[in-house]
This record gives sequence, C-alpha cells and structure tokens, in this order.
Amino acid sequence: MNFLADTWVGAWLEGLGRITLLTKETITSLLRGRIDSRDLLYQLYFMGVKSQSVVLITGAFTGMVLGAQTFFQFHKVKMDTATLAVVSVSMCSELGPVLTALMVAGRVGAAIAAELGTMRVTEQIDALRTLATDPVDYLVAPRLLAAHIALPLLTAEAIAVGIGAGYIVGVHLLGIDPTYSWYNMLRYTQTGDVAVGLIKAFIYGGIVAMVGCYKGMTCGEGAEGVGRATTESVVYSSITILIANFFLTLSLGTIFHSL
Amino acid sequence: MIEVRDLKKSLGQQRVLDGVSFRIETGESVVIIGRSGGGKSVLLKHLIGLLKPDAGQVLIDGEDIVPMDERALLRVRRKFGMLFQGAALFDSMTVAENVAFAFRHNNSLQPEEIRQRVASALEVVNLPGIENRRPAELSGGMRKRVGLARAIVYRPEIVLYDEPTTGLDPVAADSIDQLILRVRDRFNVTSVVVTHEMRSAQRIGQRILMLHEKKIYAAGTPDEIFHSNDPVVRRFIEGVSDPKEPGN
Repeated sequence: MNFLADTWVGAWLEGLGRITLLTKETITSLLRGRIDSRDLLYQLYFMGVKSQSVVLITGAFTGMVLGAQTFFQFHKVKMDTATLAVVSVSMCSELGPVLTALMVAGRVGAAIAAELGTMRVTEQIDALRTLATDPVDYLVAPRLLAAHIALPLLTAEAIAVGIGAGYIVGVHLLGIDPTYSWYNMLRYTQTGDVAVGLIKAFIYGGIVAMVGCYKGMTCGEGAEGVGRATTESVVYSSITILIANFFLTLSLGTIFHSL
Repeated sequence: MIEVRDLKKSLGQQRVLDGVSFRIETGESVVIIGRSGGGKSVLLKHLIGLLKPDAGQVLIDGEDIVPMDERALLRVRRKFGMLFQGAALFDSMTVAENVAFAFRHNNSLQPEEIRQRVASALEVVNLPGIENRRPAELSGGMRKRVGLARAIVYRPEIVLYDEPTTGLDPVAADSIDQLILRVRDRFNVTSVVVTHEMRSAQRIGQRILMLHEKKIYAAGTPDEIFHSNDPVVRRFIEGVSDPKEPGN
C-alpha cells in the first residue's frame, strides 16, 4: 500500500478523495442554508453576467459554423432543409452545454482557483477560520450553487443564439428555405434534447466550481503555487467535462429515448 | 487557560515540533521566541486549531481541541483573535468591512452599533476615519494595525500575534508593541506573541518561552531569559551565529 501511496496513482486517488469530501461538506452547507444571499448574488453576477460576451460569441459562431458545414454536406444529397434540425439537436444536447462549460471553465474556473489560491497563500482563508467562519460556507458553497444556476442559463442562451445564428447563415446567406427549415427543426428537436443539454450544464457547473475551489484551497505556496493551481483547474475541469460528456450522453440518451 | 501537552508535528518529511509542552494562564502575556523557520508560527496555529498535530493535546479552558472537527472548532475560535504575519486582510473589502467581518451573522447588533464598534476598534489602534479605504492603499504598519482591530473588535479572551513587527521599520514596530500592551491592559486578554525581535519580547512578555530544536528549550521571565548563562539562549539574544552550523 505504501508503494501505491508514493506513486501518482496514490496522489490522484488522494486528490479524488479530498475533492469528494469537500463536495460532501459543501452540499451539507447548502442543505443547511448556511450561505449568505449577497455572496450568492455576487457569484451569480460574476459567473452569469460577466460571462455574457464569451458565451454569446461561442454560441453564435458555433451555430454559424455548424449551419454552414451541415449545409455543404446536406446540399450534396438535396437535404438542405434538414440543416437547421441538425444545428438545433447538436446545439441542444452536445455543443451548447460542452462548449459553454469549457468557456466557463476557462474564465470562471480559473478565476475561482486564482482568487482562492491567493487567499490561501496570503493566509486569508486561515483568517476566515479564526473569525469563526467556515471557508466552505463562505467561499465554496455560494460558488457551487451559483455555477449550478448560471451554467444551465448560459447554456440555454448559447443554444438559442447558436440556433438563431445558424438560421441567419442558412437562410440569409446560403439560401435555404426558411419555412421548411423551421418546420424540420421543430419536428426533429425533442424536449429530451433540451433536457439533456440543461442537465449536462447543471452537472458541468458543479465540476467547474468544485475543481476551481479545490485547486484554489489546496494550492502550493507563492505565486508559482497559485499559477499551477489556476492552470490545473482549467485543464482538469475541461478534461473531466469531456469525459463526463461521453458517459452523460450514453446514460441520458438511453433514459430520454426510452421514454 | 491554554495548555499544550507533548505536541508533535511534521510537515512533509520534516519534524517541526517534537514534544512541546507548556501552560499559559488566563490574562498572562507570553512571548514565544526562536529562530526563523523553527516552528513558532506552526505552534501558534495549533493553539487555535488551524493545524492538527500528529500527536499531543491542546487544551483551551480545559477542553482538548485536537479531536474537534471544523464546526466544533468554530465555537472555540470565538474566544480567540489572531493577528497574522502579513495581516491577512480581505483585499476585496474595505477596512470597515474587514473589521466588521466577525459580525456578519450577528443579528443581535444593529448596523449603527456595528459601525460604532468598528470605529472604536480603529481608534484603539490609532487609525480613526479610515473605514472606507482598501487594504491595498495602506502601508505595512497600517495593515497590521487594521488586522489587530479586526482581531479585537469582538472582544476575544485570547489574542494570538504571529510575528507582529516583522517587516516594519523600528518606529512602526514600536507602535505595534505599544498597541499589544494597550490591548492587553484595556481588554484584559491573554496574549501569545510569536516573534524573533528581542526588544519586542522584552517589552511585551511577562514570560518568555524559547523554542529550539523542536522543543521548548527555555522558559522564564524576561529577566531570567535575558540574564541566562545558557550558551544557546545567549547566542539567540545577542544574535550570534553558531560556528558549528555552517550557513547560519
């Protein structure tokens, strides 16, 4: 066992255990209503309002590229009017939640890790504890709840903007028939696709917040420690999102398509 | 009353404290001296439960805080105020918000009352009227004084000072020493000061504990310590390096 503990596998398992315990503590804190509504509102503003430009640009250009590329392929088999349906289903269940989560991981996850990491190295987290404040209640819980709320909203926004942008490119630039496009989109996009996207976004919000908080609260000493925590937060949350996406697609797809 | 029994702590592979024991009575003013990197701050953080020892006991008013979880420790920590080495002010907040932080969830105090308590704490540390300034706008000495105001505003029974004068010019350091004495006398608190500044130790301490080689090496009144004939104590007081320890 000692051999295992000294390897990267041991360190990885230890980290996994710690982040699980931190998540458990955070959920307990949330269930007992220990968070301050002002902190939650500020985090919602920071994650939601301040991410607008990133999410709008990502959603719009993804929808446009997807619309154009789908059109080029479908045009060969005279299926032009199915373009928007593909854009819609892809944006709802895959691209919307994943790309929004990756962009938020880069912007918000990094900021969380850097802020909490700096607080740790300057002893501000210890100061919180001496002032009879649990850092989980004050720092982690509002961020987790805000991410759980903000990510689905941002994803819904990215989906809507992506579909709108895909529609504009398809109809106004590439000349697809608008009525049939709209009809096909509504026909092939199911409630389940939207639900899958929003459930994924809810889960990815948790991943971004918890990885960012964990990396920040356990970061090493000095500027180097904060820098490493920030980088690792983005890398680990992005990889976790991509891996989780595969399993969520399989499991949620099975659930919603069997209904 | 604070009592530490046979405290042991390793950080990574390195043993930092190896069987530290002492007792501090209520209202007493104790200074812990020792070399930089010798484990003084680590010891101080054990007194308030910020670090868990590998072995040993820390009793606060007879209650062992070592087995307590974070939630239980929050209750014990209400007895403490702590001034950190770098002041550890919350840089996203104003001075007033920093000092009033301990009252965040205190519904028994009205906002006006909190404002008065903050203003009064800032007056104690000779910084009246700076409520709306940000920590980044303050000098090192001012930050420490605001940190002290934050530590005493809720009238704790015990105040811990982690290297309160390190990095300050002699005049600012002197003013911090005066403040520590003023806080002790005015609020009748138990003070535990970690420092390697001998002038501060002599002035503040009613009793001095010297941490050396991971243990309490010497203990006594400032007079006893400063007139000690022990070569290790003498070298520390006079600031003379040990020729047997190259690089020191």
